Amino acid sequence: MMKSQHRTPLRGDASAWAFSRRVFTEGMRDGVPIALGYFAVSFSLGIAARHAGFTPLQGFLASLFNNASAGEYAAFSLIASGATLAEVAIITLIANARYLLMSCALAQRFAPGTPFFHRLLIGYDVTDELFGITISRPGALNPYYTYGAILLAAPAWAMGTALGIMAGNLLPLRVVSALSVALYGMFLAIIIPPARQNRVVAALVLLSFAVSYACGVLPGIRALSEGTRTILLTVLLSAGAAVLFPIPVEEEEAHAQ
Amino acid sequence: MPSNYLYIAVMALVSYTIRILPLTLIRKPIRNRFIQSFLYYVPYATLAVMTFPAIIHATQTPISGAAALAAGIAAAWMGAGLFPVSVICCALVLLIELFV
Repeated sequence: MMKSQHRTPLRGDASAWAFSRRVFTEGMRDGVPIALGYFAVSFSLGIAARHAGFTPLQGFLASLFNNASAGEYAAFSLIASGATLAEVAIITLIANARYLLMSCALAQRFAPGTPFFHRLLIGYDVTDELFGITISRPGALNPYYTYGAILLAAPAWAMGTALGIMAGNLLPLRVVSALSVALYGMFLAIIIPPARQNRVVAALVLLSFAVSYACGVLPGIRALSEGTRTILLTVLLSAGAAVLFPIPVEEEEAHAQ
Repeated sequence: MPSNYLYIAVMALVSYTIRILPLTLIRKPIRNRFIQSFLYYVPYATLAVMTFPAIIHATQTPISGAAALAAGIAAAWMGAGLFPVSVICCALVLLIELFV
């Protein structure tokens, strides 16, 4: 950081996105805990994939090309109940909608002049965790930092899913039962800390729990598949919260440089 | 029922499109306050809806699922990360189901 102060920050300064072994290694270092967590959680995702009739290879490919916990889980449970392709497309869209927002934020952090293909590669693995470590680094985004983390996280995610499908048959029922909550633990780790900070988010989480439970018991709505209910409730609850409690509009320019 | 590979292709296409659109086409920040707010709230609603009551039905007895939910919320509230929260939930289910 000290050196860069002496240099005029040229538009198109290639040092911002250039490969450096240090940056790449830092990415790999920060990718280790993420990869470990992904491996454990995707194992339980594999159990869900197995219920949907996926082979280990299919689970591996699904995770390698999706990199989405909630999105894949929702899609697998829909597929298990014999969903159409359109239903699977919609649930994937809804469950992964947050990545749209994360990609918007990442798009602001590319140094001007960064070659276009880096955007295509970074877009491959925008997840809560990889987004988190990428966006929390100061200054312009060096894609090689994120590539270092992806290099560990993406294979761990895909292999964990495949192993979950394979071992789901071999493990005792008791162990499968315990592992099947790993994914929900991950969801809680994502939603609870912001709920602690923000009362509206806390209320939204509680309301979502309650409405989701109610829809599982109420006649009529109960007949809808779990995936369809997730789509409907997410859209209705988020739209309601957005109308009643719009978030303050971000002043992007203020911290863009 | 479509082939699993077709499902995988659709899932992958949608997932990649969502991530790549803002990085390529929508280079400007989204200014619409409703869309900003909607996208901000979506993850909390969708993950909460998917977690409960599903976590209670995922385990062999509802009690262990409910305990995992309570412990997961408490651990995340106190600042535990993704991996620790998941491990706590799993361990608790395993422990309870040894006795129930």
